[in-house]
Amino acid sequence: MLSFPQLEERGEAPCGVLSVGRVFAALLFLFSDTMSEPFSRRERGSFLRKGDGIVVKAQSGNVWTEKATVMTERDMERVLRRIAVEIVERNKGLDDVVLLGIQRRGVHLAARLREIFKAEEKVKVPAGELDITLYRDDISTLADQPVVHSTSLPGDITGKRVVLVDDVLFTGRTIRAALDAITDLGRPERVQLAVLVDRGHRELPIAADYVGKTIPTSRSENVEVRVKELDGTDGVVICERNGGAEHGVEA
Amino acid sequence: MEWRHKDLISLEGWTREELHFFLEQADYMEELMNRPIKKVPALRGKMVVNCFFENSTRTRVSFELAEKMLSADVVNWSASGSSTSKGETLRDTVWTLEAMGADAVVVRHGAVGVPDYLSKKLHRASVFNAGDGTNGHPTQALLDLHSARKKLGNLDGAKMAMIGDVLHSRVARSDIQAFRKMGVTVTLSGPATLMPEDTGSLGVEYVSDAREAARGADILYFLRIQRERQEDGLIPSIDEYHRRWGATDSLVALASPKAAVMHPGPMNRGVEIASSVADGPNSVILGQVRSGVAVRMALLYLCLGGAR
Repeated sequence: MLSFPQLEERGEAPCGVLSVGRVFAALLFLFSDTMSEPFSRRERGSFLRKGDGIVVKAQSGNVWTEKATVMTERDMERVLRRIAVEIVERNKGLDDVVLLGIQRRGVHLAARLREIFKAEEKVKVPAGELDITLYRDDISTLADQPVVHSTSLPGDITGKRVVLVDDVLFTGRTIRAALDAITDLGRPERVQLAVLVDRGHRELPIAADYVGKTIPTSRSENVEVRVKELDGTDGVVICERNGGAEHGVEA
Repeated sequence: MEWRHKDLISLEGWTREELHFFLEQADYMEELMNRPIKKVPALRGKMVVNCFFENSTRTRVSFELAEKMLSADVVNWSASGSSTSKGETLRDTVWTLEAMGADAVVVRHGAVGVPDYLSKKLHRASVFNAGDGTNGHPTQALLDLHSARKKLGNLDGAKMAMIGDVLHSRVARSDIQAFRKMGVTVTLSGPATLMPEDTGSLGVEYVSDAREAARGADILYFLRIQRERQEDGLIPSIDEYHRRWGATDSLVALASPKAAVMHPGPMNRGVEIASSVADGPNSVILGQVRSGVAVRMALLYLCLGGAR
């Protein structure tokens, strides 16, 4: 097999040209080890994932431990019922309302709201899922690329009242990204935001229209919303990173 | 899944789990193609240089589309009309491009090993192999996996017949590697003059009778036949080739009813594939083109992102 690189390794081959003499030189070099540098040299290091969408670099002694349960399964159900009532009140019914869950836990919370509307209001509200990964503003600073999930809309959202559903409202950057994504997908009449937990620490001028529970937190803590579909149980817990942390992680 | 690859030179180092994860990410990228605005800001500020030393339409266009859909800045560099014609070495060319801020170089070259060589010479930029000589064409293999999986579902245990000029095909080399990794059994067929000598070491079987290879197959993959091969005396005549190894309705009828008929393009209708098959119900050839954009988006996204 003729291999171009050995030629150029010696600075002998101009671009794209192989002459017989150079081929001979290449054969001499075939047994040298200039080609055998392992591919792994250029591969990235190992990373530990925390939460969904975000990957934090694992450092020794940096482990998340559960600190307190702030919402049980029953609390969560009650809160979702109240949010559902508020959505109906605010929009004077459910005409033109579309639920859009933010991947991944927001999708399941949106599905719960949809079930409540079906049982209580006898209305099947269209629901879709929105992945904001490709719209993040920190994509070039994260240690590793966040995983992309599916985006699917129940139809055209132009002219609709979109209720964005997410689990935790923290810096507001996820919602900023979601608004950009929505702008690319259509032009809703209005966009409202429903979150299960507002934990403070906003970095952008964003507020929720429907809040399940406001929980004051420190930045070294993480609020984890758990849903049966992904985590086996329903509930909200506060975790703390051992060894303290400079920056919180948006769930 | 943690993504550990920065370049794509060959799929050799990829595990089956990585391929599964990658194809799933490509599924989500394909969703973007159905949107009214087919552009996301994910690679804003990244610069990708497409370096094509050999002709290419679909690979170049689909890389370019993928780069643009992810909002990367795209520079198309071609050997003709560049300083290559003034004698600049390949190494100096890519160092120049990197000094200008390239974050990735997509390279197609007629010589084996060029992408590998560049990945070692470049300090920071990613390198993506868009075809090197007769050696490999890994993004073609990824897109073929993607469209086969879309048609068939799980590929593990599937049977593939690869028919045509395997000897001169970089697509064949990459595809055999990738499909075997996914658990597919590959059988080659075609004129013995167009087969590599070491089919055994590739982990595949060779049968000269195309009907035997096609019988019960889930994937029928037809490779391009260049007309020059006849002048070189490697095939008897175009007509006879078509009768014995071409994709005809009667050959496809031997395969599994929902078999996927694939071709890397560009097609020679009436040579390696009949029009009725190329445009028939089993054909996923246009799906392959679509998958090409999706897998290249996934590749750029996964390899180019993150802090450097």
